[in-house]
Amino acid sequence: MAFSLENQIALITGASRGLGQSIALTLGRAGATIIGTATTEAGAERIEGDLTQAGITGAGMVLDVTDGEQVNAVVATLGRRFGNPSVLVNNAGITRDALFLRMRQEEWDAVVDTNLGSVYRMSKACLRGMIKARYGRIINIASVVGLMGNAGQANYAAAKAGIIGLSKSLAREVGSRGVTVNTVAPGYIATDMTESLAAAQREALLAQMPLGRLGQPQDIATAVLFLAAQESGFITGETLNVNGGLHMY
Amino acid sequence: MSSVEERVGKIIVEQLGVKEEEVTPEASFVDDLGADSLDTVELVMALEEEFECEIPDEEAERITTVQQAIDYINQHLEQ
Repeated sequence: MAFSLENQIALITGASRGLGQSIALTLGRAGATIIGTATTEAGAERIEGDLTQAGITGAGMVLDVTDGEQVNAVVATLGRRFGNPSVLVNNAGITRDALFLRMRQEEWDAVVDTNLGSVYRMSKACLRGMIKARYGRIINIASVVGLMGNAGQANYAAAKAGIIGLSKSLAREVGSRGVTVNTVAPGYIATDMTESLAAAQREALLAQMPLGRLGQPQDIATAVLFLAAQESGFITGETLNVNGGLHMY
Repeated sequence: MSSVEERVGKIIVEQLGVKEEEVTPEASFVDDLGADSLDTVELVMALEEEFECEIPDEEAERITTVQQAIDYINQHLEQ
């Protein structure tokens, strides 16, 4: 069975590269209209270029997910232009790694606000339309780090674990309105974000992974497509681990 | 333009999926009209949209019957 997202409108944050880019293209190829956001004009243009090249209807928009007013404005604009999103993928995220004793307040704040605060703001902005439509799919991108912890990433791990708690709570609140809320927790995926791993670190990680390789963005995008599909409507509050077996529970 | 009573009544019928004749002034959203907590939040959101106002949480909590909703809107529109 191939999942179809015909007539769906999918909003994906952080869609100019990495996981977001792959998710946008995968949902678009499944038939959804795609609105991808990026923090810069250049990023938004890249998204538009990607979509045009793949023959996908949609747009790239500039959005700082830490700015609540911008979030509301972008959701209102795209609502007028395309309709309210039926699929929301909260993917935007940053890292500011430091050992805890050296972690500065601004590194903590930036990661928690961008990675977790954004899920609150985006979900809130899109939820009214989903509840009215009695249909919606919210998919939040967490991380294996949120489940296992990781030295040097207390801020990132806290935000990602927070996403899981938020998702489960929201799933309980809006289930009766046909809106599902799920989390995908990627392991180590070959993107710009993991590019910075030292060779020794990479080898140590691979040794713990039964599948013996880093994931590809497509591995995550496929999991997101599954949860975004209408057919997956009996799954909510779930965390789907896509990590090559690095962590199982 | 229809009266506040009619507009509020129409929203309640739509939001709670109840019959028009059930929407009496003294009817309680939760006890008489079968609303759950999310229904009441949705109802307040719908009232805010219809009457282009913002109902603060502490005020919203006090709106539990049809008449209270009508009264709130009337008071608010007068201001």
